[in-house]
Amino acid sequence: MTTPVVERIQAEISEHPVMLYMKGNAMFPQCGFSARVVQILTHLGVPFHTANVLEDAGLRDGIKQFSNWPTIPQLYVKGEFVGGCDIVTEMFQSGELTTLLEEKGIAHEATA
Amino acid sequence: MNTSRAARIEAVLTEHFAPVTLAVADDSARHAGHAGAAPGGQTHYSVTLVSAAFAGQSRVARARAVHAALAAEFADGLHALALTLHTPQEAAALSG
Repeated sequence: MTTPVVERIQAEISEHPVMLYMKGNAMFPQCGFSARVVQILTHLGVPFHTANVLEDAGLRDGIKQFSNWPTIPQLYVKGEFVGGCDIVTEMFQSGELTTLLEEKGIAHEATA
Repeated sequence: MNTSRAARIEAVLTEHFAPVTLAVADDSARHAGHAGAAPGGQTHYSVTLVSAAFAGQSRVARARAVHAALAAEFADGLHALALTLHTPQEAAALSG
């Protein structure tokens, strides 16, 4: 089933190598979990694009169904679902996130 | 419902995952006033679950299994669920 919101999500995750669905935006996150993922991506020096689910109820529900994941934030790298705040945090701490970005050919400034 | 959401989460996860370790914490008070926090609380939880059921599963697959088990709670106002999910072997390595 393809709906406008699914088309939007598919377009965004294929256009932006690192795409974060969050509450608020990178400058003003409106949720602690979203803020933490922004902080990690910023720390790694990864260019990323965000969509604010609070501005669009259709997107907020749509991304949950699309990803089969009930909470926000949600991180996509090269069109693949990585996870939410817990998973991104664990992968950052273990170094797996840096490895993933490198494997996907995404430039970042990390020296962590 | 009379039982707290924490008690229901604990019961459901015990049934589904036969956990070696299970801790459910209600973090709702720390999120009071935040969008998604209901006046009565019971919206934000964290769960630490150690179960052999997670062996061979990715992080995403483990979390999806927990989400699926708790679908009724998500449909009924559960807003945030922080998950720490490990196999007994991983938990032993972490605490070692």
